[in-house]
Amino acid sequence: MNESLPALRLANITKRFGKLVANDDISLELGTGEVLALLGENGAGKSTLVSILFGHYVADEGHIEVFGQPLVPGNPKAALAAGVGMVHQHFALADNLSVLDNVLLGTEPLWLPFSRRRAARARLLHTAARFGLGVDPDARVAALSVGERQRVEILKALYRGAHILILDEPTAVLTPQESESLFATLATLVAEGLSVIFISHKLDEVLRVSARVAVLRGGRLVSVRNTEDTTKTELAELMVGRSVTLPTREPRPHGDMVLNLSGVHAAQGGKTLLDDLSLVVRAGEIVGIAGVSGNGQQALADLLCGTLAADSGEVSVSGQAMRANPRDWIARRVARIPEDRHAVGVVGDLPVWENAASERLHLPAFSCAGIVRGKAARAFTRTLVEQFDVRLSGIDVPARVLSGGNMQKLILGRALSVAGDDVTPTLIVANQPTWGLDIGAVAYVHRCLLDAAAAGAAVLVISEDLDELFAIADRIAVMFKGRLGPALPTEGCSRAAVGLAMAGSAASDTKGASQHAA
Amino acid sequence: MRLESRSEYSPRAMLFAPIVAVLVTLGVCALLVAWAGAPVGQTYALLFDGAFGSRFALAETLTRATPLILTGLAAAVAFRARLFNIGAEGQLYLGALAAVAVGGMHGGSTFDLPLPLLSALMIAAGAAAGALWLLGPAWMKLKLGVDEVVTTLLLNFVALLLVSMMLDGPMKDPLAMGWPQSVALDPELEFSRLIERSRVHTGLLMACGLAILVWLIERFTTFGFALRAVGANHRAAAFAGLPVGRTVLLCALLSGALAGLAGVGEVAGRTSYVTTDMSPGYGYAGIVIAMLAGLHPLGVLLAALFVAAVQVGADSMSRVVGVPNFIADVIVATALLTMLVATLLTRYRLRWGRT
Repeated sequence: MNESLPALRLANITKRFGKLVANDDISLELGTGEVLALLGENGAGKSTLVSILFGHYVADEGHIEVFGQPLVPGNPKAALAAGVGMVHQHFALADNLSVLDNVLLGTEPLWLPFSRRRAARARLLHTAARFGLGVDPDARVAALSVGERQRVEILKALYRGAHILILDEPTAVLTPQESESLFATLATLVAEGLSVIFISHKLDEVLRVSARVAVLRGGRLVSVRNTEDTTKTELAELMVGRSVTLPTREPRPHGDMVLNLSGVHAAQGGKTLLDDLSLVVRAGEIVGIAGVSGNGQQALADLLCGTLAADSGEVSVSGQAMRANPRDWIARRVARIPEDRHAVGVVGDLPVWENAASERLHLPAFSCAGIVRGKAARAFTRTLVEQFDVRLSGIDVPARVLSGGNMQKLILGRALSVAGDDVTPTLIVANQPTWGLDIGAVAYVHRCLLDAAAAGAAVLVISEDLDELFAIADRIAVMFKGRLGPALPTEGCSRAAVGLAMAGSAASDTKGASQHAA
Repeated sequence: MRLESRSEYSPRAMLFAPIVAVLVTLGVCALLVAWAGAPVGQTYALLFDGAFGSRFALAETLTRATPLILTGLAAAVAFRARLFNIGAEGQLYLGALAAVAVGGMHGGSTFDLPLPLLSALMIAAGAAAGALWLLGPAWMKLKLGVDEVVTTLLLNFVALLLVSMMLDGPMKDPLAMGWPQSVALDPELEFSRLIERSRVHTGLLMACGLAILVWLIERFTTFGFALRAVGANHRAAAFAGLPVGRTVLLCALLSGALAGLAGVGEVAGRTSYVTTDMSPGYGYAGIVIAMLAGLHPLGVLLAALFVAAVQVGADSMSRVVGVPNFIADVIVATALLTMLVATLLTRYRLRWGRT
């Protein structure tokens, strides 16, 4: 290994998919012992670039050198052999195997003789100790926390001899505390001479961990900055291409109680999803639900969208008890924004106008004796598309061709425009409303929610993004293992306290408090 | 070689897919014809001639197309809701059996009812028999998660054995000299001829009318919307408050009824009694027809005509050039495969070279 050579050199990488240029003449160097952040919005070309680097795609033009040696394109094995390791956002671990087996899987045959297995184990422990990645090699992966699983993924790459580590949105699934621990690990790795590419769209953490920042926009490399010499505002502008100000909340009067959950239990297949949940959301108020993914948020959202029935407890909107039937919730003017736009939000193969009217097609406004009033539904859609600024080539195209942001605007529009007239919804249930959206669309969604609250709607936002909740929520409650902590005013919340509650540390005292809040 | 998702949306590609699929099929099957030692051009010319070349040929093709349109519709409407009804064959037999049960000359005479009412009852009974036969599998799919492909397929054999039992038992024709066939339908109830001195009957009009009706339902009604939404994405359909269970059950009734009507048409329009070999796989051919039609009800009309023409044409062609008429089965089966590939290629693009 020659210290003067860059660890990695990308030269003039261009990749086209049909008419779309995903990567446009990108040249980039990664120094040895450096953390380079790759910053960009969804669709900026980060994933494509990394996929080319790791051999999943072949670049149309350009080449890659690793420690001065040209890298065989289109071959993940060659990338591994050259010392490029990758940690995907979604882990590729076998849940029912031990940590050791997972590390060995794909590296060596699993039917190793006992002695070689012992050697592998020793090597794993040595690697773990060297980089300060404490993990029990015999623990089953299923029993590990998300942060620990990520450590196993990193360890797997290091065990295979990676000198260059690519981390794809590594903090997306972590609590704030787990992120801190990851950042500490990164510092150790770099001190040991590894090079790291850190992919993210979160500005704060990019500034935190990287030495240099490469900003991608629309497939082009717009700028490479030394982290010391740049600011959050500058990076945001480089990333988006214009200045964007995210809306912030202003004090609003809160009205009557709209959503009331008290002592709600729900279980499915013997597994408790919601455990003694109590929560009140008032008109004009935005309540945020924080939590690490998989702690019951989906069940809470399903409950409030009418697709999950509570086994016991009270669920009411404006004083009226609610059944588990989406049409009842729609009829009570509950605007529902699901987490998964593609799988739940729209029927991708059906045209935009049918999707826009789908929730209310059975109402007299849109059908008569079972026959759809196509004209009315189309007119409704055209108004919606205009009002919510959905960019599309026509309302007859299938909904799946819309970009993420436009699809979310369509869903927002469907939820917020009640049967075509301008009635404010009583309650808005938004599950991860800005997940995967670019900053412009995030600002739009936030503005919509804030405006609706100002107009008197009660709003419940479920999000894994703490920045989002601190920006728009009046009160924040933390969900952990199906239980909901007290919804405390945002002013009194600290990120550290919320982070701890997300990890379950404060779970013992939340129960009493939640009863108090109820 | 790998598949890349197409970014652009092209309705025209969907329209061309069946045409390309049929052309490729004829190309592939030309190799088999050549292998059988027959001149390819002449074979296809004879096949076309046998299907459309004369008044008689055309009439035979239309007669053959009548049940195929209905089983094609049965498959198309069910597949649209992702209810994979492979049981149109059994539903067809039960429809035929029910028609004879209502309209047959039991003990030498029919039920004592006015003729129009009896005719309506006969048609309704056939439709109901097919519909109810599919209701069970659809209900089990909804409530218990039982795979309807397995249940509907296996029920075909149950249906055929049931028919066989009836033909040897309560509905046996005493005048058939021991042949397993049912009592005959009241001649007054038989569908009238559409073309004189041919076998084309008014069942063809019924089939075409139903194709248009199914298209109107799918396109313009809230049920049709729910049907398409449930099929394309049942989670999103449930989220939007559409009645998923009710839609699937209604769809099963519709699909089964269409297949049952195919049986009614065969009995009332062609055979006038039920035998266990009255359908040479119309129910299964319906699946191919639905796929070739891209599940479009009006496309089913063309696809059924194509399959009928291949079957009828192959019969007369084989008599002349000596290529076995099994070539018809090969063409129909190959058309299904090429259509599946063509449909795939409307959404994905093939890329050659390394990964």
